[in-house]
Order: sequence, then C-alpha cells, then structure tokens
Amino acid sequence: MSVANRPVHRPLSPHLQVYRRQLTSVLSILHRATGIALAAGALYLAIWVVCAASSPATYAGFQSFNTSILGRLFLGGWLFSAFYHLSNGIRHLFWDAGYGFELKDAYRSGWIVVGVSAVATLASWIVGLR
Amino acid sequence: MNGDLRSPLARARGLGSAKQGLHHWWAQRITALALIPLVVWFAVSLVLMSGADYGAVRAWIGSPVVMVLLILTIAVGLHHAQLGLQVVIEDYVHADGAKLALIVLCRFIAVLFGLAAIVAILSIGFGG
Ligand code: HEM
Repeated sequence: MSVANRPVHRPLSPHLQVYRRQLTSVLSILHRATGIALAAGALYLAIWVVCAASSPATYAGFQSFNTSILGRLFLGGWLFSAFYHLSNGIRHLFWDAGYGFELKDAYRSGWIVVGVSAVATLASWIVGLR
Repeated sequence: MNGDLRSPLARARGLGSAKQGLHHWWAQRITALALIPLVVWFAVSLVLMSGADYGAVRAWIGSPVVMVLLILTIAVGLHHAQLGLQVVIEDYVHADGAKLALIVLCRFIAVLFGLAAIVAILSIGFGG
C-alpha cells in the first residue's frame, strides 16, 4: 500500500451522545471545571487582599458577602475545587512522567483522588465554614 | 498501529508544530508543581483564618513570610490559570479572531489582578 493510502490510525473524539459515562471521563471533565473555578477563585483572592488594603468599611462589606449563604457556597466550592484539582493534578503529573497508564491503575488512582478530595473537603468545611 | 499518531503528511514533513506548544506545556507543568505546596498552605491558612477580623487579617497578610508566599501563590496561580484557560479556549473557540481576543483578554485580566494584588499586599506590609 502506498503511504498516501495508508489509513490514519489516530484517536477519534468520543461522541458524547453515545459515550458511556465512567469514572475516568467524569474525573477528567471535573479537572477542567475545577480549573476554571480556581481561576475565578484566584481573581477573588486578589479582590480580597485589595479590600484588606483599603478601609475597614470596605473590608466589612467584603466580609458580609463571605458570611452570607452565597459566600459560604462560593468559599466551600473553592475549597472542594482546590482539593480536587490539586490531587487530580498530581495524578496528571504522574501520567506526564509516564506512570499509571494501565486501565486498572487509572481507576485506582481515580478512586484515591475521589477519597482524598472528599475527606479534605469535608474536614475543611467542618473547621472553616462554621 | 506503529505507535506514530501523526498523519502521513506530517510524517513526510518530519516536523512538529512550529508554535509555542512545548514551552507552554512545560510552563503549565512547572507552575503546577510549584502550586502543590502553595495551594495546600493557602487552603489550610484560609480555613484557620475563618472568622478573623480586619486587624487580624492585615497582620497576617503583612508579615514577611506570608507576604512572600501570598505573592507567589497569586502570581504563579494566575500564570498557571491563564495557561490553562488558553488550552480551554483553543479547544472550544475555533474562529481565529475570537480565539485570539479571548486569550489576550485572559492575559490582561491576569496581569491586572495580579499587579493589583501585589501592590495591595506590599502596601499592607510596608504602608502600616
Ligand atoms: C491557583 C490554583 C490553580 C488554578 C487557578 C488552576 C487552573 C487550571 C486551569 C484553568 C487548567 C486548564 C484545565 C484544562 O485544560 O482542562 C489547569 C490545568 C492543570 N492544572 Fe491547574 N490550577 C491550579 C492549581 C493546580 C495545582 C495545585 C496543580 C497540582 C498538581 C495543578 C495541576 C494542573 C495540571 C497538571 C493541569 C493540566 C491538565 C491537562 O493537561 O489536561 N493545578 N489548571
């Protein structure tokens, strides 16, 4: 067969309508979602220190948002995103270094990520969101 | 499959992309590595500082070690975020003009907020 006619063996995108949901795909899209959430969180962190650098009244306004229901959801969501993206990010770095590609390893490390981020998130909510 | 994922044409040309992909890839990984201790430190601090008032928060931000770590967290975090958002934009936005505009907008916002945060932290630490 000439080179030009050889079939192209490259991976094709999953077709979402017929794609079965599974742990690995859910964790993958969660990494992206939490990355975007953390990007918003980084802007919020900047707003926080800018408020702390201005008057007590400005800071009090900022704090009253943090202690509102919406603020609690926001900060709680940030903590979950941070712990999840952190532990799954370490999983990513192991892959980048060439480890953990076997399917059973990908599931095992995936469940570890679920466990670690669930425990860390719950602990931080209990201590921090009183 | 012979393990080569390139198309026949790409193989014939023998070259990869001429863009900034490799540098971008490394920068994303190096910033991720640096963020591991920084994010752990910041998340723990945030939880422990919950309920702290204006004075306590300023005293914390203004102490030398915290100033350094906080500036690092914000600067490295925003850099990593902007690199990551670029990948997300490249995945979903295919019109060249809109793609470039969004990527540049992300960079501008990252630099603006990062600089504002650094000035704020320094002014708390040194301004009294
Ligand atoms: C301020 C904190 C952080 C922010 C704002 C942030 C944001 C992001 C964003 C927006 C992406 C792009 C997501 C995508 O392409 O799907 C990303 C990717 C990534 N993040 Fe983070 N991140 C943060 C902390 C961390 C930490 C602590 C790690 C630890 C290892 C990490 C590891 C990674 C890795 C490895 C990727 C690339 C994933 C891939 O190739 O698909 N990030 N991050």
